[in-house]
Amino acid sequence: MIAEAGLAALWLAAGLAAYQFLLMILALRSNLEVARPMRAVAVVQGGLTLVAFAMLLLVFARSDMSVALVFENSHSAKPFIYKVAGAWGNHEGSMLMWVTILAVAGAFLALFSRRTTERTLIAGLGSQAVLALGFYAFLLFASNPFARLFPAPMDGQGLNPLLQDPGLAFHPPTLYLGYVGLSVAFSLAVGALLTGEVDSRLARAMRPWVLGAWILLTLGITAGSYWAYYELGWGGYWFWDPVENASLMPWLAATALLHSMNVLAARGALKAWTMMLAVIAFSMSMVGTFLVRSGILTSVHAFAIDPQRGTFLLVLLAIYVGAAFTLFALRGASLKEGAPFELVSRESGLVVNNLILSVILGIVFLGTLYPLFVEALSGEKLSVGAPYFNAVAGPLALILAVLVGVGPLLSWRSERRLIFRQLRIPALLGLSALVITMILAPDIHILPRLGFVVAAYLIAAAVLPLVGRNPLRAPLATWGMVLAHLGIAVGLTGMAANAAFSSERLGIAKPGDTLSVGPWLVQLEGVTPTAGKNFTAVEAELRATRGEGAVILNPQTHYYSDPPTETNESAIRTFWNGQLYTVIGKSDASGGWQLRLWWKPFVTLIWAGGALIAMGGALALLGRIWRRRRLSSGEWRRKGYA
Amino acid sequence: MKPKNQRLVLVSAALVAVLVAVLLAMWGLRSQASFFYTPADIVSGKARDGEAARLGGMVEKGSITHDPDGVTIRFIVTDGKAITPVIYRGIVPDLFREGSGAVAEGRMEHGTFVADTILAKHDERYMPPELGNLAAEHKTGKTLEK
Repeated sequence: MIAEAGLAALWLAAGLAAYQFLLMILALRSNLEVARPMRAVAVVQGGLTLVAFAMLLLVFARSDMSVALVFENSHSAKPFIYKVAGAWGNHEGSMLMWVTILAVAGAFLALFSRRTTERTLIAGLGSQAVLALGFYAFLLFASNPFARLFPAPMDGQGLNPLLQDPGLAFHPPTLYLGYVGLSVAFSLAVGALLTGEVDSRLARAMRPWVLGAWILLTLGITAGSYWAYYELGWGGYWFWDPVENASLMPWLAATALLHSMNVLAARGALKAWTMMLAVIAFSMSMVGTFLVRSGILTSVHAFAIDPQRGTFLLVLLAIYVGAAFTLFALRGASLKEGAPFELVSRESGLVVNNLILSVILGIVFLGTLYPLFVEALSGEKLSVGAPYFNAVAGPLALILAVLVGVGPLLSWRSERRLIFRQLRIPALLGLSALVITMILAPDIHILPRLGFVVAAYLIAAAVLPLVGRNPLRAPLATWGMVLAHLGIAVGLTGMAANAAFSSERLGIAKPGDTLSVGPWLVQLEGVTPTAGKNFTAVEAELRATRGEGAVILNPQTHYYSDPPTETNESAIRTFWNGQLYTVIGKSDASGGWQLRLWWKPFVTLIWAGGALIAMGGALALLGRIWRRRRLSSGEWRRKGYA
Repeated sequence: MKPKNQRLVLVSAALVAVLVAVLLAMWGLRSQASFFYTPADIVSGKARDGEAARLGGMVEKGSITHDPDGVTIRFIVTDGKAITPVIYRGIVPDLFREGSGAVAEGRMEHGTFVADTILAKHDERYMPPELGNLAAEHKTGKTLEK
């Protein structure tokens, strides 16, 4: 009965979404009175999807094998937490989660949005309902998560052990919250384009959503990168895999939107531009979903090909993006540009930021989809990997990182001071980094060397907005910005150090043998069999020393029976100056074991940088909410973006 | 700037950005994209020596051998029509095994494919899309899709 209840809730929610859309049309054509039930309908619709999702969690928690999805993706012997997480570790479940977040975001918008006019809000809620409607149709007609099996099988087919990891439990939901948070920005932009009310109030209404979504995307990407790093056992933190790109593209667009939104909020300028970015940001989320869920690209994450689903998603994508861009083309030109600004001004700085981010986005987008175009046109199969992305997007990212230090120093409207004077110390730091790396490490590649230079410069440049004023009186949003920009410098340092100074050792060792990697001597003490809840394993005991004291690492190989697979569980030890990363492979006939060892100096800074960026976002969000409470709206407007 | 000029500047800046992105991407893709081949393609001479490429197919049963150094493996990839020997130094991925689908990234060198990376099916339902047709042709789909 549980599954049927979930399905019924889904149908009802779809009906309400259709009703919500109808209300919007009627309201915009005649009067707003018609749309009085709008907010309530949106809230109930959100509630119903929550019910449907709860029902799905319940059938997974109870291992109800009569539900096809549970049978295919779960197993009664699985640890409880992974049974529950398994609910969204598959196609249907994750799509249900997607639409649930979409509808709940709509409900929150209906409940809490007081910043836009009622007219724009109604148009926005209507747009949100249309978005949800398409995904309801997708679930109900092409990927029903509640389909039953008869007769019910005895036990499930299990879940990939690689995916039995805390990463699975939190990573997709975080990313989805980010993806779908951008849907609200999309809907508000569509609403405002429909009503013509694109102004700073709209930007302020969008801001918490974009900021929130951006924080979650940042966290999701950072966590996903670390997950791939320790779980795959390949020692890399970013593979330019299409699925990774699928999360990077909305992040790039959201980052651009985040910055242009502030221009719109503070100065009323960049109206059309910001609306376009809001449309693009969520379009990228949908493109990402399409890429991942249709399995259309070769990817270590891709799912089996299912043409029907892929086509359905592609059609949805085409309709939504096409409609939004048509609307933009019809209305965008008639938007009046806001306050003018001069060539050297913070507005211009943010335009440049947006341009570079857009170019990087374009490069990632083209690189990700290029194999698809080529195969469709010529039938030839090819792939685009790290060499392309690093060579083309890397230098641009470095240029952007240099400008990150300059932009915040510019004042609104027009900058006539010589701001380069303020940048003397950062420039000096960058220069010394260049000299030091030239002397100490003459052989490293050009990109990591430039990475060190830019990072050294940016660490100093990022804090300049707090210099010369009482930092305690600076708004939280400024602190947030400084922290996020510092995060870029920190992450960049980690990437450069990892690229320049990592050492790798691949070898075979019998118990008692010693391998060296970087400054470390690693001795294989022994290999012992062990077992976990649903797997058997072998565990190596490695004794690593570098001069003083020794540390013990225990990498494992797990063997699962349902389905029969094995996974390498790396053992990683973190030190202040880097990570020692060890993997045990297969054994050979003479009793030796394959060992793969890395010494990765300062690699942790990569994820620390990501965390700092997200924290900066969180501070800014807190600052906005807090200030909004404190200041009347008039005061707010006068102070503008701080 | 007057608002009108401002818009003009913004629009042209956006156009330039798009153009720059497309040009950079085209330049990069031309030099950096790597083609996907099956053993049949290799035999017909499509892959040039030393050029970045990907090779996909089934790992032939009984073909995996280990070199004395313990970390270099050799195996044969087949698509049912032709075979290509592969050499790889490293720990093979979790799901790599004989009779299963695999994709190797690397390059051809003197008739042997030298792999830098080996990708195997990652999900129990995952199969490199390029191998989709292959599986159907050779009835090996079962072992792949499980």
